[in-house]
Amino acid sequence: MKYIIAVIQPDRLNEVLQELYKRDVHLVTVTQVMGHGRQKGQAQVYRGHKEVGLLLRKVKLEIAVNDEYLQLTLEAIAMGARTEQIGDGKVFVLELQDVMRIRTGETGGMAIG
Amino acid sequence: MLRRSGWVPGMPGAGLWLWVLVLGLMPTLAMAQDTAPSGAEGANAEVITAAADVVAVVEEAGTINTGDTAWMLVASALVLLMTPGLAFFYGGLVRRKNILSVLMQCFVCMGLVTVLWALVGFSLAFGSDTLGGFIGNPADFLFLNGVEFDKPWPGLTISGQLFMIFQCMFAVITPALIIGAFAERMKFSAFCAFTAAWVLIVYCPVAHWVWGGAEGFFGLGADGALDFAGGTVIHVNAGIAALVACIMLGKRQGYPDGISPPHQLPFAVLGAGLLWFGWFGFNAGSAGAATDQAVRAFVVTHIATAAAAMTWAAIEWVLPTVNGHGGRPTMLGTITGAVAGLVAITPASGFVGPMGALGVGFGASVLSYVFVAKVKPLAGYDDSLDVFGVHGVSGLWGAIAAGIWAVPGYGIDGAGGLLAGNPVQVVIQLKAILYTVVYSAVVSMVLLKVVDVIFGLRAEQHEERVGLDLTEHAEVAYTVLD
Repeated sequence: MKYIIAVIQPDRLNEVLQELYKRDVHLVTVTQVMGHGRQKGQAQVYRGHKEVGLLLRKVKLEIAVNDEYLQLTLEAIAMGARTEQIGDGKVFVLELQDVMRIRTGETGGMAIG
Repeated sequence: MLRRSGWVPGMPGAGLWLWVLVLGLMPTLAMAQDTAPSGAEGANAEVITAAADVVAVVEEAGTINTGDTAWMLVASALVLLMTPGLAFFYGGLVRRKNILSVLMQCFVCMGLVTVLWALVGFSLAFGSDTLGGFIGNPADFLFLNGVEFDKPWPGLTISGQLFMIFQCMFAVITPALIIGAFAERMKFSAFCAFTAAWVLIVYCPVAHWVWGGAEGFFGLGADGALDFAGGTVIHVNAGIAALVACIMLGKRQGYPDGISPPHQLPFAVLGAGLLWFGWFGFNAGSAGAATDQAVRAFVVTHIATAAAAMTWAAIEWVLPTVNGHGGRPTMLGTITGAVAGLVAITPASGFVGPMGALGVGFGASVLSYVFVAKVKPLAGYDDSLDVFGVHGVSGLWGAIAAGIWAVPGYGIDGAGGLLAGNPVQVVIQLKAILYTVVYSAVVSMVLLKVVDVIFGLRAEQHEERVGLDLTEHAEVAYTVLD
């Protein structure tokens, strides 16, 4: 099992979700996060006072999948989130030790879907 | 003192400069139109300092007029609305951990100052001369005794109680203006003590000099100083106290680069809108009656504010800002300009014409922009929300501008201002400003010192870091979950 963390542009969220649904991936947690990469944030000006290097708004998706869904999921995220502009985001893939469905107590691969 | 040369234009965007120039020049070109229509001034031609000065103006024994009463009741309510408007204007500009502390301080002004005003404040401002005209006699209207519901206030056609409650709203908002300077770091107990003392010891005397019928050395109103709705009494007074306060309290931790930007700009825009709306009561209400002078004040208030808002946005647009990128007109800049315009037109509102109002608004934004964006960072003081830069500077400008653009029919012997060929009016304006600045600065400093010794002015370091909402008031504005 894999745990996928993707940080994407907020405006791409809907596209990414649609791509995931097409591939039958439904288990997803979404949070609003702040961050920046090398490009740093957009400068802002308040009454002449410049604020540079501010954090940018991003959206973080967390998705747990069984191994056979890994490639499909990565493909979906790339399809939905790629604009070929700097700042499209990153995807991190981690080994996932176990999962438990709280309602039934099921664990492992069965509990993911 | 105020130099325009500090404002160096960058790459002008097409057409923008034209707008800036037109705004700047039009008032001068159009001066000729701004003479008061003869006869239309009526009884008001003799009114020099408007609402409050009426004490000194002798008219035939008036009776209460229902139309004037209706208007002044509404105007009083409009002025009250400015303080919660100001609360949101300020509240949106602070960090999310401090918004309640700012809203709370504004509401405390509405409560605390009103109580003090009813007990003794009104009498201190509008009682008969005491201490050589320095202040009103506290015994005259102590506990509002002798302020009538059914008899006209001398020189007006509204009752004494209505005049009192209208003036009460002014006393409420003046200390509230100062809050922006020490926002995010002043201890609440110290704020309450300072506000109470400042209203009685600074606001009431200055109101008495200008509006309360003071004679002799302190008789600024009797001198012929033009302050229609409170340029010196309110905005210069509060602006100077604000400057003193923010210097005495010191900078916020992390200022300037470690301070987050405004946490909720839409609140600030809402607040600015309420201020603009309420200001019609403030300025047009200062006519004290539903007269042509009230209409004049209403019209020029609106025009000056519009001009100032557009001027500030235009300045930001034409000045290059970040890393050589073109400037952008900001929402914050636009509302800041609007407030600067409202402040500046206040002392002049009953006396200038619509084209004079354009000049007043234009000058307000130029001067306040220079102070807020250029002078403050150089000087290094932390006036959190630019009370001095906006209210102080534009208040000073407005008080002078009243002496420049006043139309014939107003000013000393009705001779108008500088542009009407009466330069002495500017000198009188400067004298009123000087009195106010010196008195406000010195006494505010002493009061802050005393409060510091008794309560301590500043919140503890960790309280400032956590935020005053939680540490001073045990509540938060925004929950994280649910």
